Amino acid sequence: MTATSLTVRIQRTPATVAQADTFDVPAHEHQTVLDVVSWVQQHADPTLTYRFACRVGMCGSCAMMVNGVPRWTCRTNVNKVLRDGALDIAPLRNFPVIKDLAVDMDPFFDKWTEAEGQHHGSRSRDEAIAPVDPDSPDRAAANAGIECINCSVCYAACDTVAGNSDYLGPAALQRAWTLLNDARDTDRDGILDAVSGSGGCHNCHSMGSCTAFCPVGLDPMSAIAGLKRATMRRAWGKG
Amino acid sequence: MKRPARTHALWLAYVLHRVSGLGLALFLPFHFLVLGLALNDADRLDTFLTLTDNPLVKVAEFGLVFLLAVHFFGGLRLLALEFLPWPARHKTLAAGAVAVSFLISGVFFLQAV
Amino acid sequence: MLDMRLYLAQRLTALLMAPFVLIHLGVMIYAIQGGLTAAEILGRTQGSALWFLFYGGFVLAAGIHGAIGLRVIAHEWLGVPKSALPLLTWGTALGLIALGLRAVIAVTWGGA
Repeated sequence: MTATSLTVRIQRTPATVAQADTFDVPAHEHQTVLDVVSWVQQHADPTLTYRFACRVGMCGSCAMMVNGVPRWTCRTNVNKVLRDGALDIAPLRNFPVIKDLAVDMDPFFDKWTEAEGQHHGSRSRDEAIAPVDPDSPDRAAANAGIECINCSVCYAACDTVAGNSDYLGPAALQRAWTLLNDARDTDRDGILDAVSGSGGCHNCHSMGSCTAFCPVGLDPMSAIAGLKRATMRRAWGKG
Repeated sequence: MKRPARTHALWLAYVLHRVSGLGLALFLPFHFLVLGLALNDADRLDTFLTLTDNPLVKVAEFGLVFLLAVHFFGGLRLLALEFLPWPARHKTLAAGAVAVSFLISGVFFLQAV
Repeated sequence: MLDMRLYLAQRLTALLMAPFVLIHLGVMIYAIQGGLTAAEILGRTQGSALWFLFYGGFVLAAGIHGAIGLRVIAHEWLGVPKSALPLLTWGTALGLIALGLRAVIAVTWGGA
């Protein structure tokens, strides 16, 4: 590290003096973007609003736009994303802003529900646990997507979401794909109906921004392609 | 609000596919109207076709053939990606689509000049 | 905005057109050798039921495929509201198909 401070521009809502406030933040060799935002809130401007909880990349609540890219800020090292010694921090794209860096996540979670993103079980607690073969191809397909932390980075990265407000988005559709491949889920038809509507998986253009930016390394684009195949197989009467 | 960085291969392939498709869709009515001239007035079709000797028109033709080729191979790439469960190979496919399109439109151009 | 019906129509017309486009590209590269004339084009196509079916099928598929593509772009990039999309899609498809079939008839039956 040569520089002793970083120039940090933070987009404010509602706009204060300017649309974005600029802060000088002490530079450290190892600090995350979330550390920088917290430093601003604690030492420069206590009115700055942002959201975080776990700080270790599990809860999915701290995603923001950092130099134009959606990122999980608690696991993003400042030195890896710095541009000319500066950070440009803005609220997540494709969401209504509540205040400053806190966005309204309701549309994201509403679509999660709309895509039938909940387990449809059939057994009660009195019955034996359903056996799951960990080596089956279906289970492998489900496993590939279940580590999603709902950070909505994919939703912010997707241009189809930006252009089409009905589109369910990569996270919700990937969730539907994992349930479809779960041997214990009993509502295949309900899931396939939910992802075949006017905002469903068929709107995806496979631009791959979800997969390119997913911080956990998941591949929603391929999951959505799987849904497209599954809906077509059903339409042809094969499943 | 800043737009997210889109410098990855698949996003570029998506935009190329969309812009080439848009270009082709806008070109089609003119294509049909010109060919429709043969219905009543083959001489006017001939007059129009002499335009194709113009070097500028040849470059435009090259562009059209490129649009068609790139949309064709980009479309095959999409169909393969969606219908055949091939993981992680789409970037190569995307690059290949552009390469083959250049080849075909290059052949067309060399024939034309 | 794109339900499964439109998606299927888009992919099926694409599959249908794949061989058409290859033939079309081949004919173009062949046809431009030595310049384009109306007589040369019409000599190849006029009175041929095969070319009529080929180009007729091509026009139908292209009209539907193009209209659905323009529908998506109109909504996502131009913000055309959902309520206007059916009219836009059908209008574009029918317009393209009408113009296209007129051209096909001109070069395969032709009055010239």
